Amino acid sequence: MSAERIYIYKRYERFWHWSQALLIITMMITGFEVHGSYALLGFEQAVHFHTLAAWTLLTLWAFTIFWQFTTGEWKQYLPSLKNVLAMVNYYLIGIFRDAPHPFRKTVVQKHNPLQRLAYLALLAFISPLIWVSGLLYLFYGNWQELGIAQYLNLEWVAVAHTLGAFLITAFFFIHVYLTTTGHTVFAHIKAMITGWEEVDEHHKKH
Amino acid sequence: MKPHVSLIAGIFLSLCASLAQAADIPISPAQAAVAKAPSGSTTDHSKLEALKGPFKTGPEVTKACLSCHNEAGHQVMKSIHWTWEATSKTTGKKLGKQHAANNFCGSTLSNEPRCTSCHAGYNWTDKNYDFANQENVDCLACHDTTGSYKKIATDAGHPLYEPREIPKGSGKIVQPPDLTRIAQHVGAPGRQNCGACHFNGGGGDAVKHGDLDTSLLKPSKSLDVHMASDGANMGCSDCHTFNAHQPSGSRYAVNPKDTKGFDLPVDDHNRATCESCHGLKPHQEAKLNHHADKVACQTCHIPEFARGGIATKMLWDWSTAGRKDENGKPVYIKDDHGHLSYSAEKGDFGYGENVRPKYRWYNGVVHQMAITDKIDAYLNQDGILEMNRVEGSARDPKARIWPFKEMHGKQPYDPVNRTLVVNHVYGADDTAFWTNFDYEKSIKAGMDYAGFPYSGKFDFIETRMNWFITHMVAPKDQAVPCAECHTRSSDGRLAEITDIYLPGRDRNPWIDLFGGLAIVGAIGGGLIHGLVRIITRRRKENEQ
Repeated sequence: MSAERIYIYKRYERFWHWSQALLIITMMITGFEVHGSYALLGFEQAVHFHTLAAWTLLTLWAFTIFWQFTTGEWKQYLPSLKNVLAMVNYYLIGIFRDAPHPFRKTVVQKHNPLQRLAYLALLAFISPLIWVSGLLYLFYGNWQELGIAQYLNLEWVAVAHTLGAFLITAFFFIHVYLTTTGHTVFAHIKAMITGWEEVDEHHKKH
Repeated sequence: MKPHVSLIAGIFLSLCASLAQAADIPISPAQAAVAKAPSGSTTDHSKLEALKGPFKTGPEVTKACLSCHNEAGHQVMKSIHWTWEATSKTTGKKLGKQHAANNFCGSTLSNEPRCTSCHAGYNWTDKNYDFANQENVDCLACHDTTGSYKKIATDAGHPLYEPREIPKGSGKIVQPPDLTRIAQHVGAPGRQNCGACHFNGGGGDAVKHGDLDTSLLKPSKSLDVHMASDGANMGCSDCHTFNAHQPSGSRYAVNPKDTKGFDLPVDDHNRATCESCHGLKPHQEAKLNHHADKVACQTCHIPEFARGGIATKMLWDWSTAGRKDENGKPVYIKDDHGHLSYSAEKGDFGYGENVRPKYRWYNGVVHQMAITDKIDAYLNQDGILEMNRVEGSARDPKARIWPFKEMHGKQPYDPVNRTLVVNHVYGADDTAFWTNFDYEKSIKAGMDYAGFPYSGKFDFIETRMNWFITHMVAPKDQAVPCAECHTRSSDGRLAEITDIYLPGRDRNPWIDLFGGLAIVGAIGGGLIHGLVRIITRRRKENEQ
């Protein structure tokens, strides 16, 4: 039985994913150093790289949002509650019994329903939490001239940013783990590198 | 043609050689300060009829100066250098050496001839000094450029007029300065002039301030980027600008935050702030400029004080003074570094070199205690007397975090009247402490002389005093690294500043706990899930 290969991640998408991954990892490492969790680069360098990575990611996002809308790929993030339970059931039980994956990836539907929900949560909650608190944090020195100083307090901004950091870090580890749940451990990662995903492989015995 | 060329070349070469040689001659600090640039003065004082001399005393020289500079005396007589009195702009309180208390020598009262060796005048021998006599103004202390004018320590502001054995019994004869020559070589004040008093405050080199000592006469660039000859090579009055003989910059009301920035010719000619020359945005990075909203420049740019190799006094405990040995001789003990660690005259001393400052909020208000004040308003919660508490907090928009030398003291006070006391320390009489070593007598004499109420009882109280650290600015690459404040270490520089959220130091423990659990849960969940996958797959494979 030969695998069906579909070209699922386009070149820009892959570039976006991996550069974003690099930037987020950089920000996790430097961010927790700024938080005081450990000393690695030194506080000053950590702040420097954290800020640089943040601006780079914002720039990347500007291009990516443009790309999402011009290609219509943004629809991939529309949530649907349909089959979410099936996915939960698969991750909790089916996966151990070698049950078939309830979702079939296609070019127009590359994310399973649980993934859609997770990415939407990321986009709707964690990401605004991080970016709003992060930008306020970065521009703390300008609060007075922006006329927002009386409404804000650095501690809460910093704590909100830290909370966002913990959440995205937890997401990161879950995300990385779930990449191993393809038909082989590295199948998903390979797809994100080459763009080609082998689908319909669950009948094949290893 | 040829001999001609070689002649020119020869002259040129020998000229170069002599120039090089001239540059090799070591120059004294006084010369270095003076030789900085041609003064551009339009008067050669050595050619003036009025300065022909000969001059036998300081006041004679002053009279000659005033014969031309007929406003100078009146100007000086308005200045703190003369009055030793200043009204704080922020508290309205009358301060200055005449009134303010400190935890060094205590009070000038009853000790005048010794203390007034640093008065910008002559003859202040007792409390009935005539502050209106302009012939007592000392022009030379500030305007001598020869480096040879010295006000002798014990003569109420006078220099030596006759050869004298100093110290007594040492066999060393000190010659009086040549006042005529000095008068003919006056000029703008250099660092040696200011330093004669300000480097030696508290009775000796480096004793009082911590950031002012004789190492600044010829500092390396790393000690003082402004005063080093290979740095900006500036003198004191380049920042402490004078207007009609009034100095700018005062420790009773240091400007906590200069919001004006560059000092332009139309401004008040007061350059005693960093911003006067460096402006309000001296850094390339906005983040650093914004730090200056809350952090004084000095806080980062003076990493340590007493960096010039001369120790400053950090502790002065008067309570142990007066000890005598078995032969009845007063005891003096030196430590391994040659510093007097105990003196029967003054008690126990502690010293510090390369000292990290203490950091406090400061908003322009110094609660400086006067010698006549009741102590109660100045006691902190530990019962320690804070003689000049600085005011400010994170919420105060005028306040910034400033560096201080925290001087520790223990000194006599009146536990009944609850005031500090005037201790009569200096004088060849039968009550002065430094001659008789008897507090009963010396305090009574001091209080009687001052005319302050005294119960007759004395005890010793622990005291603290804040000395602004604003000199010895290091080159920028030696500024305090970010992580010395932004650290969880209990040894962080700002560990005592707790009313701010300091990134890298502060956190919310609940969020950290929740977040930590979330990360552990994410990793652990993945590991367990993965493990179960491996196990179940093995089982399946075995079954087949």
